[in-house]
Amino acid sequence: MYDSGKVIIGLVIFVAIATFPFWFGMGKAAPMPEPQLPKGKKECVESKEFMRSTHMQLLNEWRDQALRDGDRTYVNHEGKKIWISLQNTCMKCHDNKEVFCDKCHIYANVKPYCWDCHFIPKESKQWN
Amino acid sequence: MRIVMPFIIVVGLALTAWAGWAIHLQGFFGVLVPYAAALIFVAGFCKKVVDWAKSPVPFKIPTTAGQQKSLPWIKHSNIESPFTTGQVIIRMFFEVFFFRSLFRNLKGELRSGPSLIYGPTKWLWFSAILFHYGFLLVILHHLRLAIHPVPCCVDLIDKVDSMFQIGAPPIYLSGFILLLGVTALFLRRILIPQVRYISLVNDYFPLFLIMGIVISGMLMRYVIRTDIVGVKALIMGLVTFHPVVPDGIGAIFYIHLFLVCCLFAYFPFSKLMHMGGVFMSPTRNLPNNNRAERHVNPWDPKVKLHTYEEWVEDYRDKLEEAQIPID
Repeated sequence: MYDSGKVIIGLVIFVAIATFPFWFGMGKAAPMPEPQLPKGKKECVESKEFMRSTHMQLLNEWRDQALRDGDRTYVNHEGKKIWISLQNTCMKCHDNKEVFCDKCHIYANVKPYCWDCHFIPKESKQWN
Repeated sequence: MRIVMPFIIVVGLALTAWAGWAIHLQGFFGVLVPYAAALIFVAGFCKKVVDWAKSPVPFKIPTTAGQQKSLPWIKHSNIESPFTTGQVIIRMFFEVFFFRSLFRNLKGELRSGPSLIYGPTKWLWFSAILFHYGFLLVILHHLRLAIHPVPCCVDLIDKVDSMFQIGAPPIYLSGFILLLGVTALFLRRILIPQVRYISLVNDYFPLFLIMGIVISGMLMRYVIRTDIVGVKALIMGLVTFHPVVPDGIGAIFYIHLFLVCCLFAYFPFSKLMHMGGVFMSPTRNLPNNNRAERHVNPWDPKVKLHTYEEWVEDYRDKLEEAQIPID
């Protein structure tokens, strides 16, 4: 091999960058987030699977519908009518941001800007 | 045919992943295939580079586009015709980060007259910049799913990437930049007759594969949502060597992941190796100093030297007899 010193240095840099996620955490996995579900409540406005994957799009649609069109009635997939309100519908059951919202959001590094306008519920003393 | 076949292959790959998901082969497509692809990528890449490093360079062959270092009163073009290693490094830097040689692209045009004129054409350079930097940003913002805790620089990239806050989850600009770039590079191949003539299956296949990856990724983020926490758990399992396959991850994720794995596994055997090759090109990484420093061809056989002085000694008596002057 010609110029083996330079080539090997280059390859070491390449391997270090390419395998970055493997050595960055030193083999420690973050524990799966376990958001606390409200006690005594069985169902949300939509199915569990739908809420897990699509709640952000639903909330976005709700905001547009309620604040831009002034229409606060949402009809879910079962045909049930639901009053659109983060404070009065969502947070009636999910009343603690820290043990519910934040769990998955921190895990997946998601920073929704809900709280730019809405008040954070009192339980968490932060006003960020 | 050269366009249709790679397209069909990419669609076939996507369908394979979908079928695998449908018959519950999540363990295979979510764990085994990614590990195999990562191994092939890293090992194949290194092997290819070592192969190149083993090939001798018989001549110093930098491609130059400027005045070489000459007499002191002739202006030397530092970057276009580097003379020292430092100048080579500057040249490589501009090549790797700004694609300087593509920026020099010229186009000849025959106009009525008739007159042939040459002018700069920056479309290839511009598309390549969009494509490569878009792809870089896309890879960097994927890090939020592969490392924990997420460092602030990844966070910053995320913020800049989604700065328009359109929709929830907010759209990433980089994805659209990448899609624009890859589409432009594809259109270039089919719209310019000369380029279409020289384009082969292995030119179209990576383009379609990357398009498939971008489209499946965008569908997953903006349209067919899937459980992102499960996705992160799967990827964290892979990088910590404790693989887990959470339930409830949709087919779209497995399609996206399988196409990415195909790209990585295909990488060392394809033209995509220009990622390593750009550093290994003798036309780029050598200084143009042929006249100042001798380049020895490494495969030259060892020649047994017989100097003039030795020759004179061998035939001294005969030379003197014939009265030939000796120095």
